[in-house]
Amino acid sequence: MNSLHAQLLQLAIATPLLAALIIAGGLPKRFAVKLAGLAFVVPALIAAWLWQQFPAEGGATYHYLSNFDTGLGRFGITLKLGLNGIALPLFLLAAIVGLAAGLYALRSGAERLKLYLMLLLIMQGGLLGVFASVDIFFFYFFHELALIPTFIMVGIWGGRDRNYAAMKMTIYLTAGALLSLLGLIAIYVKSGAQSFDLIELKAVLAHQGLAPTAQKYIFGLLLFGFGTLVSLWPLHTWAPLGYGAAPSSAAMLHAGVLKKFGLYGFIQIALPLLPLGAQTWAWQLALLAGIGNILVIGFITLAQRDLKQMLGYSSVMHMGYCFLGISCLSAIGTGGVVLLMVAHGLSVALLFMLATSVHHRTHTFDLAEMGGLAQKTPVLAACFVAGTMASIGLPAFANFWGELTIFVALWKFSPGLTAVAVAGVIISAIYGLRAVARIFFGPPSEHLQQVMGQHPPADLGWGERLPALILLAALLGLGFYPQLLSRSINQALPIGTAKIITGSAPTSPAQP
Amino acid sequence: MTTDYLKSVADSNQWWALGPEIILACAALGLLVMEIVLPKKDHRFIPFIAILAQAMVLLTVSLNFRTIWLGENLFGGLIKLSPWGQVARVFFLVSSLLVSFLGTLCLPRTKVPRVEFYHMVMVVTAAMMLLVQSNHFVMFFVALETVTIGFYILVSYFRDNALTLEAGLKYLVLGALSSAIMLFGIVLLYGAVGKVSLNGVTHTGFEFEILNNFLRHHPDNFLAIAGALLVVGGVAFKIGAFPFQIWIPDVYQGAPTPVTAFLAVSSKAAGFAVLLTLVNQVFTPLASILVPVLSLLAAATIIMGNLAALTQRNAKRLMGLSGISHAGYLLIGVVASFTVPWATSAVWFYLCTYLLASMAVFGVMAYLSGPDDTNQTLDHYEHLAKQHPFLGGILAVGLGSLAGIPPLAGFMGKLLLFIVAFQAELYSLLAVAISGVVLSIYYYFGWIKSAYFEAWRPVSTETTPITRSVITIPTLTGKWILGLLALATLLLGCYPGPLSHWLPF
Repeated sequence: MNSLHAQLLQLAIATPLLAALIIAGGLPKRFAVKLAGLAFVVPALIAAWLWQQFPAEGGATYHYLSNFDTGLGRFGITLKLGLNGIALPLFLLAAIVGLAAGLYALRSGAERLKLYLMLLLIMQGGLLGVFASVDIFFFYFFHELALIPTFIMVGIWGGRDRNYAAMKMTIYLTAGALLSLLGLIAIYVKSGAQSFDLIELKAVLAHQGLAPTAQKYIFGLLLFGFGTLVSLWPLHTWAPLGYGAAPSSAAMLHAGVLKKFGLYGFIQIALPLLPLGAQTWAWQLALLAGIGNILVIGFITLAQRDLKQMLGYSSVMHMGYCFLGISCLSAIGTGGVVLLMVAHGLSVALLFMLATSVHHRTHTFDLAEMGGLAQKTPVLAACFVAGTMASIGLPAFANFWGELTIFVALWKFSPGLTAVAVAGVIISAIYGLRAVARIFFGPPSEHLQQVMGQHPPADLGWGERLPALILLAALLGLGFYPQLLSRSINQALPIGTAKIITGSAPTSPAQP
Repeated sequence: MTTDYLKSVADSNQWWALGPEIILACAALGLLVMEIVLPKKDHRFIPFIAILAQAMVLLTVSLNFRTIWLGENLFGGLIKLSPWGQVARVFFLVSSLLVSFLGTLCLPRTKVPRVEFYHMVMVVTAAMMLLVQSNHFVMFFVALETVTIGFYILVSYFRDNALTLEAGLKYLVLGALSSAIMLFGIVLLYGAVGKVSLNGVTHTGFEFEILNNFLRHHPDNFLAIAGALLVVGGVAFKIGAFPFQIWIPDVYQGAPTPVTAFLAVSSKAAGFAVLLTLVNQVFTPLASILVPVLSLLAAATIIMGNLAALTQRNAKRLMGLSGISHAGYLLIGVVASFTVPWATSAVWFYLCTYLLASMAVFGVMAYLSGPDDTNQTLDHYEHLAKQHPFLGGILAVGLGSLAGIPPLAGFMGKLLLFIVAFQAELYSLLAVAISGVVLSIYYYFGWIKSAYFEAWRPVSTETTPITRSVITIPTLTGKWILGLLALATLLLGCYPGPLSHWLPF
């Protein structure tokens, strides 16, 4: 049974990539669309099945393992796939958001649709691969595989400033990725494990950890590498610009899923393998995230007039909560981060998609030129309001549980930062609700009346409604019953983080 | 000089061991004869005969890859076949085949003699193959000069183009200078060993083993150190390392595109093959001096190449300047090879991926250029992806691989070099290399950008028509060759197994 599941896991990653290859081979457009649709649905079904089959008491270890040698075996690099309790929720997230983004793209009517779908499929394959990789080299490899299409999609289908945005994103993200690659190679070389296999690395390092100085430097590399990728202030400037210019499906997948790569790396790799390094950097990380990401970016978000820019900044801001949760270095904090990663991925994907739907109806992203859309498009308005509420972190949505657990953990770490974080929720409520009010309520602006006179706005069609409902259902499901994911996360954490950190704490001098 | 001695020397003359080089040189001469003998209308077959001959030699070498003469001193110690030499032979033959293919594209566009081009390419390739097998400084220098002189002719092959002539002159003057530097170094080493005995002429300071032995016992001999540094300087000219990189942009721009590709790939690889041999077999005792010098060279080369390429708009100059930075990354591997034995494999892996990617890019450049290929700028690539998706795709794969983007082969090459550098603990060089790679993203993606992304233009302004010459539509063969290069780049990036098993790690 387990080998069947392992094969299903491989199939989930291979399907989008193979479909992309077939489409690149010159499939006619009619079939290409159908094939792409299939290639988005299959991984989602497989992910749901694997999640449902995941052993109730087995979150701590990896399941569905399979191993291939790609010719780099002598360096300890093999394509090793599998899922543990932390990887599973994110794998599921990638599959769900991928499905929503894919379905939306199928009906988006983009120019050069075949190329668009092909790139999106490559991205989807890479995303699923990232979270299913046990080998940290392939973890990086799949991330880059998903990243490249993003650049091309921004450059070809992007909005205003697309060339600049694509270039800036490329340079920032490559720099971040290379720094984290250096960190990963450093772990490999210094650990003496002769392997990039995370299970083996954990075993070797649990036996004898790295020297404190080595841990400090390597964690620093990873901090700034992963930090750039997750838009840690002040390395965040690519994010609002890039998301503002990116076409909706690419923004959904990147902001929703790909960006979680860095956080996932912290939780799955950096914290368990470099506990002392994490301790030395925890305060720096917390201050950058608390003051920079939450307060500074929060105020910048308040000042945005452009809907997509605002969403981009708000996603940068919410990453601050994740960083704060990580810097607590406690099981409850990291568990909250995993939950928030999933919830934020779903909600931000929903909002980016609906922002494009709004743009189709108003022909502008400028918040000042909108208004009164709720009367014409009630479903769109309802979905958008729900998405905004989820993003603020109101109860009944998944985000609430993530933020709540992070706040609980944060109180132990630093009450002052908890106050800052809670103030951030108020800031995000202000800009979120104000945007909703500007777009959907009040009298329509002159510009909008003109546009609506020429093209009367229709409510969400099924091409937009279906992906929105998938995302909303997931958000609400997790909001009412977080145990859907939290059980497997719980089991993975004690071994993954808390034990090693508390276990090694006495040997290191207490941090003031 | 006893009879026994002469006999042993005669016994070591294994001509079959040099079969590939001999066949290649004879075929090259045969081409010239054919031009005289064959009727004029049949001259168009000569390029194909040339390519066929090279393919045959490639086949012989690869069939006889683990030859029986491996590790033996041949020709009285002049030649020594090594596993790395075999890899280099295959590398040079593949490269010369691709250069000949580029020649069939570019040469017919201008009024120049054709046959001599293939002749020169084959002769130079044979000389490079000898160069990497040489185990003696006389052999080494003769082979190296054959290569250099061949390139003097090839670089200025388009005689009616001012830029080409300028390139030829620059290469001649600076090449002669570098040869002189290297020769002086060789002579100093010879003098330092100081055994000017007539008895056993080959057993002198020219021979690599003797020299290595001498250096091991006198690692602080000033003359020897100066000689070694001068020799390394001469090789640095070939690979275009700082501060000997000054000729590269002009020569790369002026030389005909196939020759540029030949310089970029074969000449650079020959330089690295030689440098690796020297560093790992001859100058090993001088590590304490050579490691800092080469490290400095590597760092300066990476910074210089990347900074100079940043604002470059001319496609060939860009290839040249970015090639300098690749030489810098490779030099890190050379530095690491003092302490990590498998660094040599990493360098060769990188060179192989560089061959595939560069040849793909040069192929696209050849299709885009007209009779005058010296002035191709990045603006000529506008709308390429829309009008010629095939060429656009090849270009993207090639440039992506050069930039080191996964899942392309160039990334694997960089990864191995980084791992090697980590194991050799060259942290500061790694930092320089990383910044270099990030800088290189700017110009490689700038190139891709001009081919793929339509620049945003206000509706009111007049669109200026593109001034590029008409693109040659690739023939089926051309498509196959470029397609295979791109496919190999992609496959080796995802599954580097074949290459990593072939290289003697």
